[in-house]
Amino acid sequence: MENLVQTALQNINFAAIMPSLVLASFAMVLLLLNAFMKRGVTAPAAGISLLALVATGFASISSWNNAQFGFAGHVALDNYAIFFNIVFLIAAGLTILMSDAYLKREGYPVGEYYTLILFSTVGAMLMASGTDLMTIFLGLEVLSVSLYVLAGFFRGQLRSNEAGLKYFLLGAFSTGFLLYGVALIYGVTGTTNVADIGAFLSLNPEAVSNPLAVVGMLLMATGFLFKIAIAPFHMWTPDVYEGAPTPITAFMSAGPKAAAFSAFMRVFLVGLGSMQASWVGLLWVLAVLTMVAGNFVALNQTNLKRMLAYSSIAHAGYALVGLVAANEIGISGVLYYMLAYAFMNIGAFAVLVLAGKQGEDNLTLEGFAGFGYKRPLLGVLLTICLFSLMGIPPSAGFTGKFYIFAGALNAGYVWLAVLGVLNSAVSLYYYLRVMVYMYFREPTEDFSWIQLKIGATVCLILSVAGVLYMGIVPSGIMALARQALF
Amino acid sequence: MITVYHYMVLSAILFSLGTIGVLTRRNAIVIFMCVELMLNAVNLTFIALSSHLGNMDGQVFVFFIMTVAAAEAAVGLALMIAFYRNRESIDVEEFNLLKW
Repeated sequence: MENLVQTALQNINFAAIMPSLVLASFAMVLLLLNAFMKRGVTAPAAGISLLALVATGFASISSWNNAQFGFAGHVALDNYAIFFNIVFLIAAGLTILMSDAYLKREGYPVGEYYTLILFSTVGAMLMASGTDLMTIFLGLEVLSVSLYVLAGFFRGQLRSNEAGLKYFLLGAFSTGFLLYGVALIYGVTGTTNVADIGAFLSLNPEAVSNPLAVVGMLLMATGFLFKIAIAPFHMWTPDVYEGAPTPITAFMSAGPKAAAFSAFMRVFLVGLGSMQASWVGLLWVLAVLTMVAGNFVALNQTNLKRMLAYSSIAHAGYALVGLVAANEIGISGVLYYMLAYAFMNIGAFAVLVLAGKQGEDNLTLEGFAGFGYKRPLLGVLLTICLFSLMGIPPSAGFTGKFYIFAGALNAGYVWLAVLGVLNSAVSLYYYLRVMVYMYFREPTEDFSWIQLKIGATVCLILSVAGVLYMGIVPSGIMALARQALF
Repeated sequence: MITVYHYMVLSAILFSLGTIGVLTRRNAIVIFMCVELMLNAVNLTFIALSSHLGNMDGQVFVFFIMTVAAAEAAVGLALMIAFYRNRESIDVEEFNLLKW
């Protein structure tokens, strides 16, 4: 017994979970403080959350190139985890910046909102640093449960209720699949540790073709693909993204999607790498299906939030191309793309947050007629974000896509790269249509209700700066992404 | 003699029943109960395999699943109450504001 306790204590290494620990402590203190704060005043809560994110960022970066492992192989704070941590922290920080005025406008100035964002970021970080299916599952649930509440946060609004409930039912359903897959893999390999699963499968080639292992792998893939919103598991995305509060939609499309990608790549490349022959073809088909489904349905959307939801499905498809390639440039391309996508998508959503009226019924193509002339600065910034989403140089979206498709070409998936580029061409139509409405239609309104609230404006400027920086000087971030491979 | 295969078959049947329930039922609470059935089928698989392999990891996993399922139930039922207050129903056919 004493031995057991000693071994357990030796295995603990708090440095390996330091970022999550810092952020979770901040979130719990903030939750308490919220009880004593004046109702309707949320700026202090937002300030403390931003401080928490910065502190967590430092806690993460301090382990760069100095990987920490702990808790008997359950957690690893390696460069891969740190890179993703920074992506989550940036996504959460930008979301918090744009939220304050928005919450007031929509009539829900409640401080718990920020606590929930912090908790979901903790979950995302646990997913990225989890090296055991148990830790990954717990991170996923911490992330998802906070997000269910956030999606349904406007509890008096039927749209938000529906979004929250839909997300909850489908999320719980997909978790069931993920867990059943984990159980079957555990049955075949006798362990839930990702590295041990990888070692077992490479030592026992007959286990790779074991039907139980194949079914388990497929079920696990279903669970993850659901969270990433890959077709045909994407049906919930447009509904939830449209109904959720706009900053939360921005956050969901950047942070949690990257979190699911981080865990998915670690499990499939490290743990199930020996089974690559049985998953690579499947992911090839799903990547193409996702790009096509996202881009073609986005073509006739008139609600901008919904259009961006479909575009986010398409972007998940592009990122999956990098995973199919599974070589150095492809995987580091995915890491790069996740950061780039956080900047460009949150930037576009920040414009929607600023331009919306209470209730947000004006966020349609018609509602943006003449926007570029009446509000030239916002028009230009939105244009830059949309150009980046299209993948026009010099923007972060272009370089990200370039690396991913280069990875696919290097790995010999010529057709996949060709289909990806053709899909990008299709996406030009619906992004350009927004600009056509902004610049070539007579304004029907004077947009006088738009006030450049400080938080959302700073968020927008930082996002655009990120997009341009990653587009013009891609080598700096790309070098970091290359060091971040496991 | 009841072997691990029997447990695996039983939990596969339970899991399928849960899945079919989620896909066919219309009441959000019943759908949620079907999800719980799926999770418990997973728990049964874990316990059977854990005892078969003589390895404790599976049983530890079951504790985590139960804890998480409880947290999910709390949040899910709260969301359903919020929906019911505005709609006077929790029939998923009523989810008609958001559709493609």
